[in-house]
Amino acid sequence: MAPRTFLVHGLLAGLIAGFAAFLVAYVVAEPHVNAAIALEEAGPAEDGHPHDAATAGQPHSHGEEAEVSRDTQSTWGLATGTVLLGAVLGGATALAAAFAVGRLGRLSARASTAIVVGVGFVATALVPFLKYPATPPAVGSGDTIRERTALYFGFWALSLVAAIGAVLLARRLLPRLGAYGAVLAGAAAYLVVVVIAGAALPTVNEAGDFPADTLWNFRRSSIVTMAAMWVVLGFALTGLVGRDADRAAERLRRRELAATL
Amino acid sequence: MSQATTAAPAAVPTIPVREIAPWALFFALLTAVVLFFVGAEQGAFSVFEGTAVHEFVHDARHVLGYPCH
Ligand SMILES: [Zn+2]
Repeated sequence: MAPRTFLVHGLLAGLIAGFAAFLVAYVVAEPHVNAAIALEEAGPAEDGHPHDAATAGQPHSHGEEAEVSRDTQSTWGLATGTVLLGAVLGGATALAAAFAVGRLGRLSARASTAIVVGVGFVATALVPFLKYPATPPAVGSGDTIRERTALYFGFWALSLVAAIGAVLLARRLLPRLGAYGAVLAGAAAYLVVVVIAGAALPTVNEAGDFPADTLWNFRRSSIVTMAAMWVVLGFALTGLVGRDADRAAERLRRRELAATL
Repeated sequence: MSQATTAAPAAVPTIPVREIAPWALFFALLTAVVLFFVGAEQGAFSVFEGTAVHEFVHDARHVLGYPCH
């Protein structure tokens, strides 16, 4: 097994996952994106957006006057975004799996890969979403976009680093505590870091009087899309890595058999 | 049957860290670039002028949880 094989398999699994996420997003999330844009265009100077009145921040439009049409945004644009993200998530997860395989106790290549994908979903999608949930169009002020972007990516990076640290900690504790104790200690260490950081970092609430049901529907569809991306990535990558590991084991077995003859 | 073969299942071979490291570094950079264009370009920061990139990936940015505007 070689790093290049992991990367190629990761990119392939990621493309499949990104396309699956596009299909889910198109069916599940787009109706709520459109509902939010309809609300945005119905009331331009909402009193629910206290910062919006003076500056529009960035010239930003979704309607007929937009540079890119809504039809393009919801099809090719959406697909480009999800497939690109799927590809990099797949590649990065596969390289993380290349580190993990053979290093997580006695777990098989398949089990190690599945754990890396699971940790990746929790650390880079679920936990960041719980602190800074996705916002539909019309929610959020142009004045705070820099701050919100920095907070989102900052918390995302912290969660990722904490998760990697937790896995390394669990690995180190494994001989002393056994698998149950080591996983418990690692998970607890991760939770302590993200809960403290989550409590310390500022909360973003710019929803104003945006309808709660549209907000909830949009956010649910967002996490469903991300979960779909990671679940498909998990099954595709685990399958590809597992098949590769089986072949490598078979080659090794034949070589050993040949050596004994 | 010898002790060695029955004692434990064959260990899963590992890839040396120094073999993976260059791939990981290269791909981390590529990941950062893609995350920037899907998640932040022409929102909080701008490499290219205008709003075309922002608008093209607009729906993906919202649905995938990145702050858009
Ligand atoms: Zn937007």
